[in-house]
Amino acid sequence: MPRTVVVVGASLGGLRAAEQLRAQGFDGHVVVVGDEPHMPYNRPPLSKESLLGSERSVTAEELATGLAFRPRASATGIEWRLGAAAARADLRARTLSLADGEVLEYDALVVATGLRPRRMPQVEPAGGRHVVRTADDAARLRAEAAPGSRVVVVGAGFIGCETAATLHALGCDVVVVEPFPVPMARGVGTDVGAALLAHHRRSGVRFITGQGVAELRGTERVTGVVLDDGTVIECDLVVESVGSHCNVEWLDGNGLDLSDGLLCDNDLRVEGRPDVVAVGDVARFPNPRFDDVPRRVEHWSLPGDSAKRAAATVIAHLSGEPLEAPPFAPLPAFWSDQFGLRLQSFGSPGLADSVEVVEGSLDRLEGGAAVVYRRSGATVGVLLVNVPVARHPSYRSLVLASDQLV
Amino acid sequence: MKVIVDMNLCQDHGQCAIAAPEVFRMDENSRLVFDAEPDESMRQYVEDAIDVCPVQAIFLED
Repeated sequence: MPRTVVVVGASLGGLRAAEQLRAQGFDGHVVVVGDEPHMPYNRPPLSKESLLGSERSVTAEELATGLAFRPRASATGIEWRLGAAAARADLRARTLSLADGEVLEYDALVVATGLRPRRMPQVEPAGGRHVVRTADDAARLRAEAAPGSRVVVVGAGFIGCETAATLHALGCDVVVVEPFPVPMARGVGTDVGAALLAHHRRSGVRFITGQGVAELRGTERVTGVVLDDGTVIECDLVVESVGSHCNVEWLDGNGLDLSDGLLCDNDLRVEGRPDVVAVGDVARFPNPRFDDVPRRVEHWSLPGDSAKRAAATVIAHLSGEPLEAPPFAPLPAFWSDQFGLRLQSFGSPGLADSVEVVEGSLDRLEGGAAVVYRRSGATVGVLLVNVPVARHPSYRSLVLASDQLV
Repeated sequence: MKVIVDMNLCQDHGQCAIAAPEVFRMDENSRLVFDAEPDESMRQYVEDAIDVCPVQAIFLED
């Protein structure tokens, strides 16, 4: 009797999970379920070169096709159920119900449903408001962003800053509003955030920090935002980049802790269940490279790394063999392009209690700067800004060398 | 096994050189150089490099 693995989520994590099941020898059924109509595509360019390089008439289909991943040649016989949202799972009965009412049975379930953007609390007005996560989001934004459009970007995280840079390059008049004193503070710390803020301001984009949006103006479409101090900024468009939610509601009713993604062990089993694993942004797992605290990691590298381990965990379970693998200790990595800067990070700068600039200067980021992040003296991350890539491996090795693995 | 890199797509992120340092290398000018016909034993590393390329610029032909 062939076994069935159902993968929920058809983006990078779902694709890599399906590929890894095959690459590691699983020859049963693999079904990948995704709510978007598109085959898996690469999302990071949507706030950068794809948005910048497209005409206003670009469609979501064109964007998704242009960014489509090429599945591995070995990933054959995978059933793609696209445009099919998961409605609920019964982990006891091992069934997945789709939004159209169909019920799929599985022997193992891979959860790779990722994130969706958090929205601002104001419900009205609905028009002129955007997020950047999917190809459909990017196509909608591109259609409305013209030279001279007045745009308020709410939230100066990575996606907000990248989108602001791209819209600025498209000729929009961009203002960024951020409640924290500096952008990207959670990802890079306040010193580096302050340096990035100074750089970005020199690029010609107005950043208003330390203030949130109290109110949106307009009836059908947004015409302005009102800040906490009463300042009114008139605008044609608002881009909301204010964080994200995990797409886990379809797992309600199974007694799981869904407060922050899915709580996993180091082999990515969800709360000890041998037949349910999580991959990518939704997986909250302990990384012994740092400590034993389960955390989610929203970095592009993580879907690939976690899919490998999750596939091994599933295959071991289905074959009744013990999983023989070293501790799962991925080294997180991310990059970002904004206002002429290429940021590359290795490790988890967000865990640091001290920061040291070891090359270049924060006053002149465009000339290159390398920052080492330490916690209790151990290097937990590095951030490289416009550092020649030939030198990246040696900085990366600083994090590898000081990990806590024994 | 033949490795092809679309240099129009490549943005010199250097992730391939981390995943498969025997096949991909960033030279002193931080430009990519690579072995276009690596040994079969390198296949797994090349596949990893393809996976981690942020712009999907690496192709593998048998």
